[in-house]
Amino acid sequence: MNSMFKVLVVDLSRKKSKVEYFDTRKTWIGGSGLAAGLFEHFADFDADPFHPDQPLILAIGPLTGLFPLMSKTIMSFMSPYNGQYAESHGGGRSALALRFAGYDALVVTGRARKLTCLGFGSQEINIQDVHYLKGMDIFRTGKVLRGLKPRNPGHRSILRIGPAGENRISYACVNVDTYRHFGRMGGGAVMGAKNLKGIIISGDSTQDLPHGRIKEYNKVYREIYSTVTESGAVRKYHNLGTPENLIPLNELRALPWRNLQSTHDPEIESISGEKFADDLLLRQVACAGCPVGCIHIGLLRERFGHEHEYLYRQVSYDYEPIFGMGSMLGITSAPGVLTLLEEVEKLGLDAISAGVALAWATEALEKGVVGIDQTIVDLQFGNVQAYVQALTHLAGQDNEFYLELGKGALVAAEKYGGEDFACVLGQEMAGYATGENYFVSQALGFRHSHLDTGAYSFDQEEQARDIHKSIDYMQSQEIYRILMCSVAGCLFGRKAYPKETILKALNSTGLDYSEQELDQAVQAIQAHRWAIKFRTGFNPDEIKIPGRFLEVETWKGRTDPDYLFKLKEKYQEVLRTLAEKHVFTTNGDQE
Amino acid sequence: MKILKPSNMKRCIGCYSCSLACARNVHKSLSWKRSGIRIHSSGGISTGYEATVCLACDPPPCAPVCPTEALRPRKGGGVIFKEKLCIHCGECATACPVEAIYFDPVKKIPVFCIHCGRCVSFCPHDCLEMAEPSKEDGNE
Repeated sequence: MNSMFKVLVVDLSRKKSKVEYFDTRKTWIGGSGLAAGLFEHFADFDADPFHPDQPLILAIGPLTGLFPLMSKTIMSFMSPYNGQYAESHGGGRSALALRFAGYDALVVTGRARKLTCLGFGSQEINIQDVHYLKGMDIFRTGKVLRGLKPRNPGHRSILRIGPAGENRISYACVNVDTYRHFGRMGGGAVMGAKNLKGIIISGDSTQDLPHGRIKEYNKVYREIYSTVTESGAVRKYHNLGTPENLIPLNELRALPWRNLQSTHDPEIESISGEKFADDLLLRQVACAGCPVGCIHIGLLRERFGHEHEYLYRQVSYDYEPIFGMGSMLGITSAPGVLTLLEEVEKLGLDAISAGVALAWATEALEKGVVGIDQTIVDLQFGNVQAYVQALTHLAGQDNEFYLELGKGALVAAEKYGGEDFACVLGQEMAGYATGENYFVSQALGFRHSHLDTGAYSFDQEEQARDIHKSIDYMQSQEIYRILMCSVAGCLFGRKAYPKETILKALNSTGLDYSEQELDQAVQAIQAHRWAIKFRTGFNPDEIKIPGRFLEVETWKGRTDPDYLFKLKEKYQEVLRTLAEKHVFTTNGDQE
Repeated sequence: MKILKPSNMKRCIGCYSCSLACARNVHKSLSWKRSGIRIHSSGGISTGYEATVCLACDPPPCAPVCPTEALRPRKGGGVIFKEKLCIHCGECATACPVEAIYFDPVKKIPVFCIHCGRCVSFCPHDCLEMAEPSKEDGNE
């Protein structure tokens, strides 16, 4: 428990780095907690998200590399999407690479004068000029970065942005190791504002196992590994993967189709998890340190000549991207979905946000709210090629319309009209039209994500319209998920990592938390995160729930607006009370 | 004697569980490097994964270059390491034709597969197996 957090702090403006130590392990645990602690220390709460002083933070957890599925890295930053504190979680090799580079976190501040790549390992730091990569897509960028320092193939992680990040689109993502991402709230745009095209993390050092506890540690490791690989607890993530949800959600009338004009469609079979697995699945890959292998790679085969001339591409897919680039846009062919996913990947856009934004634009064009002079292309649900072109216009900000759309569908709707059918709940909706609890949870949730509280599951319970039970459910889920994200584990591992197991794992590595201490630490992190979010401008009263969500028809029938707004009001109070528990000690003075 | 063979690497998902198990159980470390089996992609993840591991050459080219006989041929292929005799010169790593010996920069000793098979049970896709050497496995 006595080891301090070791943090690499890189100032791109001065091209200088330093190693800092923070004696806050027991308070911040790691991951989400550490990221929030570092943000309070380094950020300017009142400055613009693109201000050079704002930090871009990567943090791993105390169990990273030590246990299976402890494979996530938490990125935190001031979001260009809403100007508030934001977190995004990514996998790939990033977490283990940072562990083996010898750091608990990376903080990047400043702005490079030219487009730059930051590379570092345990004994090197390189800030390299890569101005020649300007405007280059994710795939070509990856190929070039692999030739830069540090060279450590197989044992490094490469993070990079595409044109969307360079152009500061509010939902530009950061690509990690080709198939994973820091998505949603605009981490890619923050890198773009820093002139930071890529980060290469080299995991080249060796670390000691827990002193004096190797026997206990190995025992706990084996137990968890057996649960993961033999119990079936995470089997679904490997087999069909998250796309397993498409048919069940469609049957529940909870899958958003065509800008949420419908929650069910008979064409589901053509983009189901089964369809992808049977016809297009090439193979599965894993994040480093995770034996599950949930990353599904599809084979996109394309005929380019008159004779039998083909090219092929490998495209990763998941439930959410299939919703964003599939059902939400009315695409009813699996290769069509992969075509769009490849395009969105190449440009460095978030697949969910971009899909929901283009779904709004399509309906806006249909209804005459905007014209083709704005959309440039004739957007129509189901038209893959039109969306390929639109994505390019979006990433390139090719006119004022796409510039506004790049700030979010609701921003564009506020300018052009059509707010009622902008499917935005704090950010572009995730793919669960399950009901009121989920709508409120995403709208007010910390990351505006279905992952904040898992309320889409509560929607499916019998007591789904009980405000107190809903709040209890969301709060208990949030507390557990904060713990999981502070030890920086993958949320797919929830069944393998109940709180008792996390506690046992921590203790076996010498991090001697009592259950009470761990609970207190998580509660403090929860309060701290909410306090920062409020302090950076979060105002739940201003979060709109557009009319489309009140028209939704699920298996439960129509949305109950009365329940929805009462729940929202109650949940706002709970969050405000939580935030008030935190007292800022450094940066953010209490207002 | 059986040797470790990465026979089904086309099945590999890149989880590194084998490397981490070797580092943990054989070398008492947390590492991607200090491991007898090291996994890497070649030119990005879309190309798949390869395992760098001792081929159990018979005779092994790393042993005769060792000036102190700290590395001795193992019956059935591969080598046995006597750490007390090692002068940390690194010649063995240079001599390995497939770069299967990692010369640990901290301990200054060679790290290589000892064909113990402890990584095998940690591979979720059965990419690895302990098998009798075939004619092709040796140099003769």
